[in-house]
Amino acid sequence: MQASEMAFYFFSVVIVISAMLVVISRNPVHSVLWLIATFFGSSGLFILLGAEFLALILMIVYVGAVAVLFMFVVMMLNINFDQLRSGFTRYLPVGLLIGLILFVELSLVFSHWIPANSYDSKIQDSTIGDVENTKQLGLVLYTDFILYFQLAGIILLIAMIGAIVLTHQRKRNVKRQDILTQIYRDPEKAIELKDIKPGQGL
Amino acid sequence: MDFSSGMGLILLIVGQCLLITVSVLLCLAFLMYADRKIWAAVQMRKGPNVVGAFGLLQSFADFLKYVFKEIVIPAGSDKVVFILAPLITFVLSLVAWSVIPFNEGWVLTDLNVGILFIFAVAGLEVYGVIMGGWASNSKYAFLGSLRSAAQMISYEVSIGFIIIGILISTGSLNLTKIVMAQDGHYGLFNWYWLPHFPMVVLFFVSALAETNRPPFDLPEAEAELVAGFQVEYSSTPFLLFMIGELMTVVLMCTLISILFFGGWLSPFPFLPDGVAWLVLKVLFFFFLFAMVKAIVPRFRYDQLMRLGWKVFLPLSLGWVVVVATLAQFDIPGYARWVIEGA
Repeated sequence: MQASEMAFYFFSVVIVISAMLVVISRNPVHSVLWLIATFFGSSGLFILLGAEFLALILMIVYVGAVAVLFMFVVMMLNINFDQLRSGFTRYLPVGLLIGLILFVELSLVFSHWIPANSYDSKIQDSTIGDVENTKQLGLVLYTDFILYFQLAGIILLIAMIGAIVLTHQRKRNVKRQDILTQIYRDPEKAIELKDIKPGQGL
Repeated sequence: MDFSSGMGLILLIVGQCLLITVSVLLCLAFLMYADRKIWAAVQMRKGPNVVGAFGLLQSFADFLKYVFKEIVIPAGSDKVVFILAPLITFVLSLVAWSVIPFNEGWVLTDLNVGILFIFAVAGLEVYGVIMGGWASNSKYAFLGSLRSAAQMISYEVSIGFIIIGILISTGSLNLTKIVMAQDGHYGLFNWYWLPHFPMVVLFFVSALAETNRPPFDLPEAEAELVAGFQVEYSSTPFLLFMIGELMTVVLMCTLISILFFGGWLSPFPFLPDGVAWLVLKVLFFFFLFAMVKAIVPRFRYDQLMRLGWKVFLPLSLGWVVVVATLAQFDIPGYARWVIEGA
């Protein structure tokens, strides 16, 4: 077995097992940690395909930012898990039915699927000539696909603005700190020295 | 023995990894001592001066002390995650060194997305902090870890934009190529600090915040949070956290030297290039880190967040636009594409 093939199976096994553990884990924080392991495996597969830029972007964006947010939310939420799991037997038939339908559908698809002898034969080299993967992406992303790239950016921007508009509340009676006034406050205006005679007070 | 294939190649790679690991850790022992000595000198104390000549072996004595202490794991903690967190911090900060070029050709992996790799690894370091704080099952540790995570993520954004400016100027994500692009006839005036000057300051401050160093050491903030996410840690796990953090600090110093100050390039055209220059530059920036620790008082948390999101982020984002425009019109110093065909 080639080294790349071994690496492929290693990453695949990691992905499958940790994806299962995401669902099975009792503790939601553990689920997020297993999800991170899944991302790691996927980025390993990207590297095997020669798409190192995508692999590292997956790592930076999904593991470094998105999963951290998941983690924050899961840690901060005060969920009663016993209550969540209490209806397990009640929902079991529905769940089994959905599982069965999915299983039938997938087996219909895969019955016509003839696997190749080696996964290597199916892989296309993601680099053309000597031009590295990152540069290639840049060359097509900002020329041929500029419209889609910009559209994706605008959609994300709208989603972000929408989230801010929905959650942002300006409360009236809250005292706010103004950093500039804090910085430009000088001791002469803020402090007043008074010479107080004994027994008189102000 | 044949070092180009099979067993020989594996041996060679393992040897190189060991060489880098051992030398980085050994340097770290003395840098930790230097950090304490500089801090002490500013405060007119003597600092460590008992173990070995001038206290030079202090770090090794500390190491032995930490290792031989009992590992205390809190009863209510999540034990696996509790042990995993310091390991993650330590391993990640070590892994990043694998793409650092020490001299021309002196690099373990000459990855063509090297800087992205370092950025990804630095981004993952936040997990050591979050996991450690959460697994401790303590209020103080958890609050400290939340603060720390938010801080690290905030400053990563501006570091990312600063790096993008450098990448636009270089036209490559390879760290060796970034250094080679700064080579020229004018010595230190060829380096990126001159055209990218405002970003050097921003990068330095962001690096302080990213590595949780004073004046941004809010995760630890011993006055209000005892020691933040590390409060439940003792013995070797704590040592791993400490070494991991210091290693990230040195990595950031190295990154500043490589990105803005020409890595191993000599500052004067008549002197030869070499690894000694990189070491000198790293030492200089480490000295700056240590001085900042001694001199600047700690930030308030809201000031820290304001600085990250309202000052650094717009500035670095604007700088990307400026650099891109200047590079487009081939202004000297901003477009140094050493790659062909662009």
